[in-house]
Amino acid sequence: MAELKMKERSVMNEAISTQTEQQNKQPGIVHSSRPVFEAKDFNLWYGDNHALQNINLTFNENEISAIIGPSGCGKSTFIKSLNRMVELVPVVRTEGDIVYREQNIFDKSLTVEELRTKVGMVFQKPNPFPKSIYDNVAYGARVHGIRKKKVLDEIVEKSLRGAAIWHEVKDRLNENAYGLSGGQQQRICIARALAIEPDVILMDEPTSALDPISTTKIEDLMQELKEKYSIIVVTHNMQQAARISDKTAFFYQGYVVEHDDTKAIFENPKDKRTEDYVSGRFG
Amino acid sequence: MSEYNIREMIQNNKNNKSTKFIERAVPVILFIITSVSILTTVGILYTLLSETFIFFTRVPFIEFITATEWNAFSADPTFGIIALMMGTLKIVVIATIVAVPVGLGAAIYLSEYAGDRIRRIVKPILEILAGIPTVVYGTFAITFVTPLIREIFPGVSLYNAISPGVVVGIMIVPMIASLSEDAMSSVPGATREGSLGLGATRLETVFKIILPAAASGIVASFVLGISRAIGETMIVSIAAGSTPGADFDLTASLQTMTGFIVQVTSGDAAFGTDLYYSLYAVGMTLFLFTLVMNLAAQWITKRFREEY
Amino acid sequence: MQLADKNQVAKSLGGRLFLNKFMKLLFLLCTMVGLVVLVTLIVDTVLGGWEYLTRDFLTSFSSSRPESAGIYGAIIGSIWLMAVTAPVAIVLSVGTALYLEEYAPKNKITNFITINISNLAGVPSVVFGLLGLTIFVRQLSLGNSVMAAGLTLALMIMPVIVVAAQEAIRAVPGFVREASIGMGATKWQTVSRIILPAAIPGIITGIILALSRAIGETAPLVVIGVPVSLLVTPNSVFDTFQALPMQIYNWVKMPQAEFQYLTAAGIIILLLILFLMNSAAIYIRNKYSKRF
Repeated sequence: MAELKMKERSVMNEAISTQTEQQNKQPGIVHSSRPVFEAKDFNLWYGDNHALQNINLTFNENEISAIIGPSGCGKSTFIKSLNRMVELVPVVRTEGDIVYREQNIFDKSLTVEELRTKVGMVFQKPNPFPKSIYDNVAYGARVHGIRKKKVLDEIVEKSLRGAAIWHEVKDRLNENAYGLSGGQQQRICIARALAIEPDVILMDEPTSALDPISTTKIEDLMQELKEKYSIIVVTHNMQQAARISDKTAFFYQGYVVEHDDTKAIFENPKDKRTEDYVSGRFG
Repeated sequence: MSEYNIREMIQNNKNNKSTKFIERAVPVILFIITSVSILTTVGILYTLLSETFIFFTRVPFIEFITATEWNAFSADPTFGIIALMMGTLKIVVIATIVAVPVGLGAAIYLSEYAGDRIRRIVKPILEILAGIPTVVYGTFAITFVTPLIREIFPGVSLYNAISPGVVVGIMIVPMIASLSEDAMSSVPGATREGSLGLGATRLETVFKIILPAAASGIVASFVLGISRAIGETMIVSIAAGSTPGADFDLTASLQTMTGFIVQVTSGDAAFGTDLYYSLYAVGMTLFLFTLVMNLAAQWITKRFREEY
Repeated sequence: MQLADKNQVAKSLGGRLFLNKFMKLLFLLCTMVGLVVLVTLIVDTVLGGWEYLTRDFLTSFSSSRPESAGIYGAIIGSIWLMAVTAPVAIVLSVGTALYLEEYAPKNKITNFITINISNLAGVPSVVFGLLGLTIFVRQLSLGNSVMAAGLTLALMIMPVIVVAAQEAIRAVPGFVREASIGMGATKWQTVSRIILPAAIPGIITGIILALSRAIGETAPLVVIGVPVSLLVTPNSVFDTFQALPMQIYNWVKMPQAEFQYLTAAGIIILLLILFLMNSAAIYIRNKYSKRF
């Protein structure tokens, strides 16, 4: 326990120091690297309910971007728009563009399957398949046509290592993933997402169903993953957003109220509503 | 570091033609398979309607629905469906008298009184009863129930309405019990506790709260049970006899609509005779009755569904 | 409203409690009816047929002389019949269930198909027999073959399996589906690799229960004209055949007393087969029932 706390603190310090460095170099919202996602005047309706209104947001490479806001503010809807999972709801209608690496994701030339292969997702509740740990992680590779056992073995090991769970499960790869704890299941789900080497990883409240220790592990993991991937995470936990993210967007009633460096959002919010929210006056 | 470039391997597979083809073909194939269920209904309707139509070109429709005699095998046949319908009615009434109280009683016990242990024993027994072939029930009727009845009431003939009626009733008990129990179990626990908390006994709770709340499901289970009794074939073929008649005698041999179809097809009904076509007219009547009952059951469940 | 009189309540309570106890007993009796009938039926059958359940009985063909009549042809015929019914019914029902649950748009046609299937489930088996007689036996000239009877029974049990398979597919939680689609898997990949494997225990249970209904089904076979006295087993699905429930039906109608014992012996065989099939279904259901 004590060790974990220490680790958590060191990671937090690290995160804050990198942020400070960044801020020193580029004050304000100057983009340090290339954007991966840009929402341009994006609107979304559930039937008659205008759930997302004129969203303009940019997410950069190799950053963790947090999306915060009270329940029902549209943050989950927005993150699910990025890989078009939101379209599983039949009454959804969208307007405007979301550009992923210079390509409009609503364009016919980009299939949803292709988009979702490049933009992985980790869900709120751990949702492994009712299959073995191995088959869970190998699933993505298999559906995308990789069948060689040797390649799959390597993918599975690499992904499980990448999700910091290899040592816990390496001796029971053939056991059902539902035998694992919630925190382990969530890391299996992360490993499963890593297995097809996505470009961006979307995380929709990935720790909300987990205990504090598992949460710390996932947060540490996210810091490591950001070296190779761009991460967009929805969270209702403001401390978590402050701890882990580089940029933060505050959603309120379907609008983006403020989008800035995390430090700025939490220490020096420009909008009254952001200030009220981050100081815990509503939520 | 990996010697494989996973992203590249996935990219190369992107335009896999067979995957794309399967994706487009599967919904079409599944739809074609699904349409077989429609074709089955069309087949049944076509079969019954076309042959019944021919039957009515030979036998007047008025005779069919008004005559009270059915002697299809005689040289000068009469086709009065009322005689066969009366046979079916006798069986159904007896079966209902047996099955409704017993099925409902069992459902009340399972849903409101029984503990988990008893439920775990009784439910599989009901499932086994529901799975027993009707030819076995028919044999049970003629070799066990009929002799028993004749022991007590010597005036009853070997073929009668009581024995097959009772056995058909027993056959539909599991159906009524399990559907009614489902309806009662879906009444929320809070409603039940509300009544018990006011000092009402279990029994009062059942009659004043549970049964009214679950009424639609229970009535639907009765209707479905009766529909099953109308269509039941083997029990009546074995134990009810083959004497159609528009009377109310329960102790004598009779014939139901289903029993007639089996009797004709067991022998060799020459294709193209009045007798042959009469099969379909009876089948059509049977089909209409069960269809109306099934639609009624669906309507009842839908119309009076309780929202919790 | 009058306020409750406590004395009045206390006085009536004894009677109310007695009535509750009495009715509870009555409801228990209703529940026991099933058990009593089942035990009676089994004891009566076993007592009647046990001695006739000999090796000769199992290896002989049917005969007009009870002492040499056997059930061999009927057992083999029923196996042939299931060999046609099972694959056809499985493909039709699982395909239909997958379409309705995964692909069908929510519109009037889909709604109509669903209602139609539940109505088909209520059509008496003897009417399916008339369908088989007209379409398969006569119009498609299949005669009273394994194929004609097998297809008829397959159509008859299809609605039962469809409903069971639909329930099993619906029981697969949506989050598992989302996980697969979220990885860029296509619809069919998700259905075939995730949904179907997860739903398969429920589907298999439904299939076994439906087949155990088909194997004991007699009325459609009578209508189709399945023979009761054959001395050969079929060589192909287009040959005619005997069936277990037909054999039992034939014997129970015989006037000689000896045939009643054969009937009982035949029923023992049929019930044993059903018992095995049901046990398998219950085993599969319990083994895989809690997985999420």
